[in-house]
Amino acid sequence: MISKFQIAHKNLLRKKARTLLTLVGIILSSWVLVSLLGFNRGYEKALNRDIDNMGYQVMVMAKGCPYEAATMMLQGGAGLRYIEEDVAKSIETRPEVDKVTPILMQAFFDPNKGDGGGIAGYFGIDLATFPAMKPFLRFHKGGWFKDPTAAEAVMGYEAAELEQREVGDLILVPEKNVQLQVVGILERTGTQDDGTIFVPLKTLQKISALDKITTIGIKVKKDADITKLEAALYQLPDMQVVSFSQVKQTILKLIATARVMVLSIAVIALLIAMVGVVNTVLMSVLERKHEIGILKTMGAMPGDIFRLVWTETLILCACGGLAGIGLALGFARLSDLLVRRVLPYAPGGELVAIDVRLALLTLLIIVAVGLLSGMYPAWKAGRIRPLDSIRGEG
Amino acid sequence: MPGNGISLEAQGLTRIYGRGSEEVRALDGVSLQIRKGEFVSFMGPSGSGKTTLVNLLGCLENPTSGDLHLAGRHIFGHGQVLGERDLTRIRREVFGYIFQNFYLIPTLTVRENVALPLAFYTKPGADVEVEHILGKLGMEHRLDHLPGQISGGEMQRVAIARALVNRPEILLADEPTGNLDTTRTGEIGEILQELNRSTGLTILMVTHNPELGRLGGRHIEMRDGQAYET
Repeated sequence: MISKFQIAHKNLLRKKARTLLTLVGIILSSWVLVSLLGFNRGYEKALNRDIDNMGYQVMVMAKGCPYEAATMMLQGGAGLRYIEEDVAKSIETRPEVDKVTPILMQAFFDPNKGDGGGIAGYFGIDLATFPAMKPFLRFHKGGWFKDPTAAEAVMGYEAAELEQREVGDLILVPEKNVQLQVVGILERTGTQDDGTIFVPLKTLQKISALDKITTIGIKVKKDADITKLEAALYQLPDMQVVSFSQVKQTILKLIATARVMVLSIAVIALLIAMVGVVNTVLMSVLERKHEIGILKTMGAMPGDIFRLVWTETLILCACGGLAGIGLALGFARLSDLLVRRVLPYAPGGELVAIDVRLALLTLLIIVAVGLLSGMYPAWKAGRIRPLDSIRGEG
Repeated sequence: MPGNGISLEAQGLTRIYGRGSEEVRALDGVSLQIRKGEFVSFMGPSGSGKTTLVNLLGCLENPTSGDLHLAGRHIFGHGQVLGERDLTRIRREVFGYIFQNFYLIPTLTVRENVALPLAFYTKPGADVEVEHILGKLGMEHRLDHLPGQISGGEMQRVAIARALVNRPEILLADEPTGNLDTTRTGEIGEILQELNRSTGLTILMVTHNPELGRLGGRHIEMRDGQAYET
């Protein structure tokens, strides 16, 4: 006995080159589709993780553009202006606040960095509060500073790798000619912390000849009313409040246009592939008109022929879809790199996140659109009359 | 009305085709009876209506007018037009077909080609032992060959096996040797004759070949859309 599936499969093997070209079209479109759907999910997830890994949900800083400041902070840059340390103490008394941590961000010009020099960024952090806000930070080597005034530094994994530093090495703060000893190197986090150099707050203040800070990170109590806290913080004179939920929304809005554009490209790719499917299956039906007629003399109902041709479409789309998803998974890192190049802001970690659910969803879309495309050729095949296959003399 | 032993009965079968504004009367009121187990040859010049008649008898299309009874069952008549589904149901229950151009599926093996009708319909009592049928036709050594790897005569044997797999009551053969040389024509003729003798299968065969035509126990000459017993 031979099944309809075997008949359909063998029919596709008749014109191998045509079948292969159609498959390539489907593979490419499913690759693009699953990667873009993966990007839609991965970007938001990565952004959320970046923000969660900040350890605090609200930031207070001196007035200026809050989003620019927030973005600079996410990217390891410096804040805009300075604020008094006392402000942190007053904020800590609010009932919604769990913890606060004062931060001083400083950037110095390093003539030895890159070709024409570059900015070296330092985070002055409070040993008593900052590590407690980021309990997820793990050390690859070494540990935190011995005391709050030590001339020591803790380097993010990538910062250490880039400058080829080990625990015990000395680093020179550019412009200031101050040496700091590396006492710890953090494990990779996939966030901006990887590229940061942490220094005790007091030490960085001393190096910079300042007794101020640039930023206050605020961790809000669980179930506390963040909006109420933000409203209260806005009352502080000359202070800017940055809520990371707002930052996230703003970044997502900025990225939305790009997402719509890439999804449109995916839809166009899908449509082109489907036109290929219609063409292949229709050509195959027209070429086999006589055979289809003969199948009807053997007892095949129009519905049988419809299903037979539809099965061919199903095989094409399922194989193409699976291969495309496989390639997307195999080349996820490449897609990640390409996407990072075109984005104004790319959070750390995996940007193109493809999981089983997304792969199945893509396969379902490809197969559903494919079956829809196969309807016309299948319907046309079902309508072929057996007499069309017989060349009699009348 | 059809009585005992009558397989097919046609009364006043007419088929008119439109060719532009012109009407072509391909078949003109043919009446005939065919008994179970008969081997009938339809002969005649091109355009005489023999294929049209066999197509109508084989329920491949509807007549313009006339009645057809099949084993006592009324099929066409009284202006009733059967749809493709109804025609297919009758065809798969009653008929097996072989054609001049074999129409084997090139990507399926001999065995798979013969089993093909069973993928769509298996008649109770069908000979699902494909190898057995092919063995009887001397094709047991070619089971896993593709049609492209066997000769024309062998291809027609495979087509005959395919037509027989659902144990039809009537075998319709339209120019079954039209594409074969004299030797192969003789072989196919013998096979058809043997099938008719040994199984009592009713065979309706259209042919141009007088020698093949003589194999039938009954000869019908077609001229200008009308049938004449010879």
